[in-house]
Amino acid sequence: MAKYLLLKHYRGAPAAFNDVPMDQWTPEEISAHVQYMNDFAARLEKSGEFVGGQALAPEGAWVRYDGEGRPPVTDGPFAETKDLIAGWMIIDVDSYERAVELAGELSAAPGAGGKPIHEWLELRPFLTASPSATECH
Amino acid sequence: MDEARLRSLTPGVLTVLVRRGADFAAAEDAVQDALIEAVRVWPADPPRDAKGWLITVAWRRFLDARRSDDARRRREDRLEEEPAPGPAPAVDDTLQLYFLCAHPSLTPSSAVALTLRAVGGLTTRQIAQAYLVPEATMAQRISRAKRTLADVRFDQPGDVATVLRVLYLVFNEGYSGEVDLAAEAIRLTRQLTAQVDHPEVAGLLALMLLHHARRAARTAPDGSLVPLAEQDRMRWDTRLIAEGVAILQAALARDRLGQYQAQAAVAALHADAPTAEETDWVQIVEWYDELTRLTDSPVVRLNRAVAVGEADGPRAGLAALAELDDTLPRHTAVAAYLHERDGDLATAARLYAEAAHKAPNLAERDHLTRQAARLNTRRRH
Repeated sequence: MAKYLLLKHYRGAPAAFNDVPMDQWTPEEISAHVQYMNDFAARLEKSGEFVGGQALAPEGAWVRYDGEGRPPVTDGPFAETKDLIAGWMIIDVDSYERAVELAGELSAAPGAGGKPIHEWLELRPFLTASPSATECH
Repeated sequence: MDEARLRSLTPGVLTVLVRRGADFAAAEDAVQDALIEAVRVWPADPPRDAKGWLITVAWRRFLDARRSDDARRRREDRLEEEPAPGPAPAVDDTLQLYFLCAHPSLTPSSAVALTLRAVGGLTTRQIAQAYLVPEATMAQRISRAKRTLADVRFDQPGDVATVLRVLYLVFNEGYSGEVDLAAEAIRLTRQLTAQVDHPEVAGLLALMLLHHARRAARTAPDGSLVPLAEQDRMRWDTRLIAEGVAILQAALARDRLGQYQAQAAVAALHADAPTAEETDWVQIVEWYDELTRLTDSPVVRLNRAVAVGEADGPRAGLAALAELDDTLPRHTAVAAYLHERDGDLATAARLYAEAAHKAPNLAERDHLTRQAARLNTRRRH
């Protein structure tokens, strides 16, 4: 009963084993990849472990406050940003081991040549909002 | 009738359906339907016999569900020949229901979800909201749990310890959203004490009550954590403390000590101290020695190190801590606290910051960060 965020990166993760850019795949390989991702999410929904997931556009902007009465400042996108998130999935599982197992499955999504990508996924535990109802000492 | 009283009828209604021959999974769905119907209908038209009403409606729902399944028509005909629902039996085997929902073949999260629905009478939506997952996910978790139990006999003997573990998990979740899970865990444990005469069930109820009594004092108005020593003891709930202590004393008198009674004893010693300074740490260390003997859990040893630090001084606490694996959750926070008590503020501040980095929840992280900031500010002046 712990939530984890699985982060997929466009950039910033260590190189994948089957590291061929998607635009070099065949259309069938892309379909197979998308199907795998959808099936994975559906399977997690069935097992009662799915919380949510979204893909993100690669380009965004930086926004900041610019003082009283002034509109926020926007800037970017910055091409040099090292870390770029492609999408996320949130799971709710019984153990860290289970989270690792699921991330491993997701990373096996097929890529070029129909072979698993072995893509590195970032696994981050959620900080729960409140402490437990008991305290120690 | 308030919602908690309505929900307290759930296990009795469900066991009646199961005893009439309904399979657990279908009966559980039918009872859930009947509860939802009751919430809709009762405010305008309250029944004289609430439990009888629920049994009648749930049984009808169960038969409807069966009837809609053509493939099962034969079996359903047999069921329909059985006696019409009569008055509810006075005795029910709610205990069996607790055993089933905490069955060892279930994962902890499934056991928790199923217990809250089948024993607690909460809706899937409420459970999903309490655990911050989508309703569809929680519905799948529950139906999967029921499939896992398909071959388990309802009257199979169970182990009270597994039930207590599930209830304690629910209690520890605290509350988020509209359902107060700590209060719900207390209600279910209280209900269990009426079903089974077991000192550890009483011990767990006492433990929950004693912790619950401090809840209001545990957080400041801004939501930040208030450590035990700094809590305003006037805000502790004396009624809950008195009840918890009485239940604990009766349990301890039976001389069958278990981990929940021992933990409750520690909580009772805190509750008993008019000020933090008057806490009987020597006795608390003795209880932690008992707990170490009973469970040998690393978390207990960590708490024992804190207690030793209070009873025999921070150096003794640090010595006890040195024997433990430093990757244990909260090990660094305990080390920080003991170093501060020992007067080594630089080390304490560094360790508080490190502990904040590893904290498992926001309230604790913010608390530890503030501790580090407090010491760093003091050191600069």
